[in-house]
Amino acid sequence: MGVIEISHVSKCFSPKEGEVHALKDVSVSIEAGDIYGIIGMSGAGKSTLVRCMNYLERPTEGSVKVFNQELGALSEKELRKMRQDIGMIFQHFNLLMQKNVLENVCYPLYIQGVKRREARVKAMELLELVGLADRAKTYPAKLSGGQQQRVAIARALASNPKILLCDEATSALDPQTTASILELLKEINEKFGITIVIITHQMAVVREICNRVTILSSGVVVEEGEVAEVFKHPKSPEAKELIRRDLSGEVDAPVRRPVSQVREGKTFRIVFTENSSYEPVISNVIMQFMEPVNILGANTRNVSGIARGEMLLQLIPDSKHEADIVAYLEERGIAVEEVNADELE
Amino acid sequence: MSWNDATTQMIITGVYETILITVLSTFFGYLFGLPYGIAMVVTDRDGLHPMPVVYKVLDILSNILRSVPFLILMILLIPFTRAVVGKSYGTEGTIVPLVISAIPYIARLVESSLKEVDPGVIEAAQAMGSSKRSIVLHVLLVEARTSLVVNATIATATILGYSAMAGSIGGGGLGAIAIQYGYYRYETTIMVVTVVLLILLVQLFQTIGMKAAKALDKRK
Repeated sequence: MGVIEISHVSKCFSPKEGEVHALKDVSVSIEAGDIYGIIGMSGAGKSTLVRCMNYLERPTEGSVKVFNQELGALSEKELRKMRQDIGMIFQHFNLLMQKNVLENVCYPLYIQGVKRREARVKAMELLELVGLADRAKTYPAKLSGGQQQRVAIARALASNPKILLCDEATSALDPQTTASILELLKEINEKFGITIVIITHQMAVVREICNRVTILSSGVVVEEGEVAEVFKHPKSPEAKELIRRDLSGEVDAPVRRPVSQVREGKTFRIVFTENSSYEPVISNVIMQFMEPVNILGANTRNVSGIARGEMLLQLIPDSKHEADIVAYLEERGIAVEEVNADELE
Repeated sequence: MSWNDATTQMIITGVYETILITVLSTFFGYLFGLPYGIAMVVTDRDGLHPMPVVYKVLDILSNILRSVPFLILMILLIPFTRAVVGKSYGTEGTIVPLVISAIPYIARLVESSLKEVDPGVIEAAQAMGSSKRSIVLHVLLVEARTSLVVNATIATATILGYSAMAGSIGGGGLGAIAIQYGYYRYETTIMVVTVVLLILLVQLFQTIGMKAAKALDKRK
């Protein structure tokens, strides 16, 4: 039984102009200690889904259980109590701009009735943790985005939550700052055993720190599984597209046509893992089959702590050895998958 | 009539009365207008506690009150004013209708200030398990404080202007002096002096208000 159990949740908004189904029969199970990624393009329903986890949004149908308690069955007071166990951070940090950093972190403690003095001691410890103890008296407007997000993290941790929900928490930050915030989240997960749910549209974020991932598309779960597995064998077109964008370094940029207008033969994505053999496979393929291969792209990356290499290989048109080459690579522990031309564009 | 000690004394009393009327009317206006404005924000469709019917009633009531011209409202309220303060003229008699006409106006100003608060910050407070009361007191009113003070300054200057208008039908303060001496008796000097004093008072309130707003703003 996971700490968060979402079963068959649907959410329907009914604005004036017709109904919008933000979520359709979504089920997600998140285990204690997970860093769970929920990824999708904008409008996929991921922000709605994360808000169902603390009932900022009430699902139209289905059940949301947190710590084995049905959120829909809680009174308003019980729900407020429950929310103190579920921290949340946001894309735009959402700090109190008229309060200094220390008071921002103290706020959730005041809600719980903690005395001012104790609250300040606790808040200082948390600011120490996020590396901003020296900015305690500063107002948020004077801080950078990354620093504001750190304050938000300290604030979210003040009530000793067991779950931390992150809604596009790094989307407003540059890549370096994103990396440092992800590092901090990882540290929090390891140090305090806090279950973290990460909503993002960036596959890089999922690759960097998540152990499991759900891919949402138009309010529907299209793929779910371990991150390493999804990266190795993406099944849905959405997963393939997200991985491709990640591989090519695109994030939100509109799809670009690869440099190679020379694209002719079939293209394969091959993935090296720690199980792959150490021989120079590409050279060997060329020598064995006496056929050139075109390397369209290559990359190494760290997926959940495992180093892996990826390459996009293109064969010559009407290659006679296509099946043999695939078999040859697979024999050597390399995952091979055909990538069709549309996906590359 | 030439200027003498009695005139000076009268002007000093007028200044005192005008300040008293303005400050008290603004104070009582906020005493009722602030909760009124908060109630509108909270009960609005996208508010903390949506109650569409209550919102509509408050909304329409405030529009009705604001559409009655002040002088007419003052006359309509004479029986009410008598019941509350015992007379319908002079300083006290001016304060009652001023407060009544200021309440819906202040409520609107408060509503617009509170609506400026970033919904994301309110959502963050909800996610932390804040009660609605705590969100109003510690998030809405605190985050909107600069705008509230700026608007309170505007309200004060407007009320001061209305208090002068009240002078024409028996109200107290500088306005009454300007009307009685400057208008009915053609005492141009007194008229000019009172107008200059009114201008100085507005400047004074405006300066204090803006300084306070600036000191309270930590967003820059």
